[in-house]
Formats: sequence, structure tokens, C-alpha cells
Amino acid sequence: MSDVTLDQMLGKSWRKPAFVKNAALRWTLIVGFVVYLIAAYLTIEVDWGRVYVGLDRGWAFVLAFTSPDFTSRWSDIWSGLLESIVMTVAASVVGIAISIPIGLGAARNIAPLPVYMICRGIVAISRALQEIIVAILLVAIFGFGPLAGFLTLSFATIGFLSKLLAEDIEAMDRVQAEAIKASGARWTQWINYGVQPQVMPRLVGLSIYRIDINFRESAILGLVGAGGIGATLNTAFDRYEYDTAAAILLLIIGIVMALEYLSGIVRARVQ
Amino acid sequence: MPVLARGDAQIWRRRTARESLTRAFGWLLGLAVFAVCWLMISAKTTWFFVFDAPRIAGDIWTRATPPRWEYITQLGRPIWDTLNIATLGTLIALCLAVPVAFLAARNTTPSALFIRPVALLIIVSTRSINSLIWALLLIAIIGPGVFAGVIAIAIRSIGFCAKLLYEAIEEIDQTQVEAITATGASRWQVMAYGIVPQILPAFAGIAVFRWDINIRESTVLGLVGAGGIGLQLSASLNVLAWPQVSLILIVILVAVVISEWVSAKVRGAII
Repeated sequence: MSDVTLDQMLGKSWRKPAFVKNAALRWTLIVGFVVYLIAAYLTIEVDWGRVYVGLDRGWAFVLAFTSPDFTSRWSDIWSGLLESIVMTVAASVVGIAISIPIGLGAARNIAPLPVYMICRGIVAISRALQEIIVAILLVAIFGFGPLAGFLTLSFATIGFLSKLLAEDIEAMDRVQAEAIKASGARWTQWINYGVQPQVMPRLVGLSIYRIDINFRESAILGLVGAGGIGATLNTAFDRYEYDTAAAILLLIIGIVMALEYLSGIVRARVQ
Repeated sequence: MPVLARGDAQIWRRRTARESLTRAFGWLLGLAVFAVCWLMISAKTTWFFVFDAPRIAGDIWTRATPPRWEYITQLGRPIWDTLNIATLGTLIALCLAVPVAFLAARNTTPSALFIRPVALLIIVSTRSINSLIWALLLIAIIGPGVFAGVIAIAIRSIGFCAKLLYEAIEEIDQTQVEAITATGASRWQVMAYGIVPQILPAFAGIAVFRWDINIRESTVLGLVGAGGIGLQLSASLNVLAWPQVSLILIVILVAVVISEWVSAKVRGAII
């Protein structure tokens, strides 16, 4: 210690510690990333001429937002929007109703192993398949229309809600549940009075969040023929009716904002 | 305490009579809304197709199995494109999300009255529109191709990343910031040494999390013509080449599982 003089210590200026501590790993990551970026840049072909030509159209679209046209296609917009809302409501109700038993089954601390495996399997399948791919398959099977969209959204809700519900049940306080059990409650009473009150606030919050997601998703299901506002929007884009498209997008943004505001209020009340 | 008097004995009840009546009414109203929604879906459904669905599903299954494995040689380039769309889109989004997040966070925004609402509006509007719709819009503006996909993913991700990031910024420990300020640091130095080190883990976590989601979303962007493996999927669907469709679905599933695994590993290492 005595060898190190004050001058030597002063000579070394302080440096911020690196985010990745291991120097070899850090440099591998940086070099690998740069190499990837160069490779990606070289393989993406961008037709700048086409982009330049399109800028006018892009500007026209931005301008369309200042004068959205709600009126001339109102009946199409309204029927599409109504279909989206109907699909959202029905799919959320059915999805939530199904995901509660599956969520119970997927919680390791209350379900026996075989049930747990089956329910976790359902959750994994539902989460791995995206809405739009499920919608394509269901449209092929059930035909065009909101039924395919309704089934898609219900299926997607199950994966999302069951997983989060199960995680919440697994993290619950055992003491309360045990107290109910000690009073001689049946299994259903145990769930109803010991488990349910603990997870209810989060379940309500998550359900409302999922309704929000379902509405957003229902806006694109129309692209593959599964009903909703997406079909109207797609037609508006195809016909270059940007003012109508802007009106639809503004409606979607407005409804999503309203839902988010509502979910904020509800979550603040139940928690 | 709500009790039910039965003779002399008093039995504990969870809710008073008025409470349970209100609840029953709420349930009835909910059920009625659901029933109306269901009737509207049902009216737009061709039930003959639905009753025929099991046969159709079986038919598609026999056509789709076994997958056409040799087709995988043609999928290399689309998978590379998909990876590029997700990664470059996430990078662009992060570059744009950082300033938006700093403008939106209450403790770093230059003006809570004028700039913060604008930043929040950017966050909400980019977040509430799905990347497929952004892709649809950008294809009309800058033409089909990978570039439109990259931009669509980037725009969609800004809101998500900025929202999570500004929540992280609002939760930082103010004492560290104060300590840096007390040394006489400038505004930018406070940001670099007081704020950034605190949010860097959250930032890395958000980046990887969003990259994982973007891999999922970019696999289907091709359905509207924005490049990636979705182009192959929609081409195969259009010619009803079900063995190719099933192979592509398997590839997408594997990609999603790998990206989820990578993101879980990285986030586990950070936190």
C-alpha cells in the first residue's frame, strides 16, 4: 500500500463503470452488433426514388388528419366500428370466463400436476400463435365474418389472462387461504373466500387491459376477413381515400384513449 | 356486519341485501349486453359453414400434413428479412423513444404544460395503432418492401418503449441526481451521470422485450406486403399450398420461441 504514492493515484482519472462488466463479452457484443448492422444494411434494398415519389402522398395523408372525412362513408365506418366493438365485448366475456378456470389450473400451488401441465400447455399454445395467424386459419375453417374474429380474440385472451392470473395466484399470501381451509371450507369455498379476494383487484385490472388490447386487435382482423373495422380501413387505403382512413384512425385512437382512461379509473378504484 | 337473521341465529353474509341486489342487477345488465353482441355476431354468420367446420378442419389438416420440408431452402432470405425488420425497427424506435420519454417524464420534461402533452400524444397515438395498419399506410406511401416494414415496426414501437421508459425515469432515486447537481454539474452532465445510469438496466430490458415482440409482429407484416416471411405465407395461402403453409407456421413458431428464450435470458442476466 505504501508503494502507491498520491501522485500515482491522482494520475488515474475516474471512469464510468461499463454496463457489461466482462470486457471480452462486451467487445464481442459490440463487434458482433456492428457486423450485423453492416450485413443488414447491405441486404436491405431501398428504392429511394420510390420513397421520394411517395413523400407527396405521405404529406397528403398527414394533411388528411387535419380534415378527416367522417361523413361520406359514415355508414361503412359505423357498421365496421360496431362490429369491432361487438366482437371485442363478446370475445372478452367468453375469453375471461374461460381463462379463469384455466388460470386456476395453471397455478402450481392449487392445481395437481396433471391439470397444471394441461393448462400450461393450453396457455403456451395460445401465446405462441399470433392473433392474425389464428384468424387466417379460423377464417379458412369457419368462413368470413365476425365469428372467426370473435373466436380468435377469445383464444388470444385465454393465453394472456390465464398466464397472468396463474402467476398472481402463485404469488398470493398462503396464510389467508390456509385460514379459510382450517375453518373446514370445501374446495369451492376455499377458492371463493381464500383465493379469489386476493387476486380479484389484479384480475379486474388485467381484464380491462385485455379489453383494450382486444379492441386494438379487432381493428386488424378485418384485413384477413375476420370482421371489424379493418376491412373498411383497408378499402379506404386501397382507394387512396386518405381522409376517410384518417377518420377511422382517429376514431380508433379516440376509443383506445377512452378505454385507457377508463381502465385507469377502474384500476385505481379496485386497488 | 351484514348478517342474515334466521329465527334467533344470525348467519354471516359477505354482502348486505342492497349490495347483492345491485350486483345481481349489474350481472343481468352485463349478460344482456353480451347476449345482444352474440346475436349480432350470430346474424352475420353463415351457420351452415360453422356446422361443416369439423370436416373442413380435418380436410385442411390432411392437406397440410406432412409439411413440405424441402421448401425450407427458399425461406432463408425471408427469415433474414424478418430479423432485419424486427432489429432495425427496434433500433430506430429506441433512438426516437429516448427523447420522447425524457420529454414525457414529469421530472425531466422542460415544460409540463406544453411539451409533456405533445409527448404523451405521440406515445398514445403510435401505441394504439397496430403495426399492420402502419405497414398498410406506409406501403401506400413508400411502396411495398422490407423498408416499409422496418418503418412500420419502428413507429409502432416508439409509444411502447417511450411509455415504459418514462415510467422508469419517473421512478428514479432523486438523491443521486441531487448529489450530481451538488458537484456543480451542468444539465447534460446531470443527465449522463445521475439519470442515465439509473435507467440503463430498464432501458436494456425494454429494448430486448420489444425486440421479442417485434419478431412476432414482423413475421406477419408480409401479409400486407411489407416483406419478411409473411410474404411467403400469403403467397402460399393464395395458391392453397397447405404443405408450405404448415412449414412456414412451424418456422414462425420456432422463431417466436427462440426470440422469447433469448429475451428471457438477457432480461434474467440484467435484472
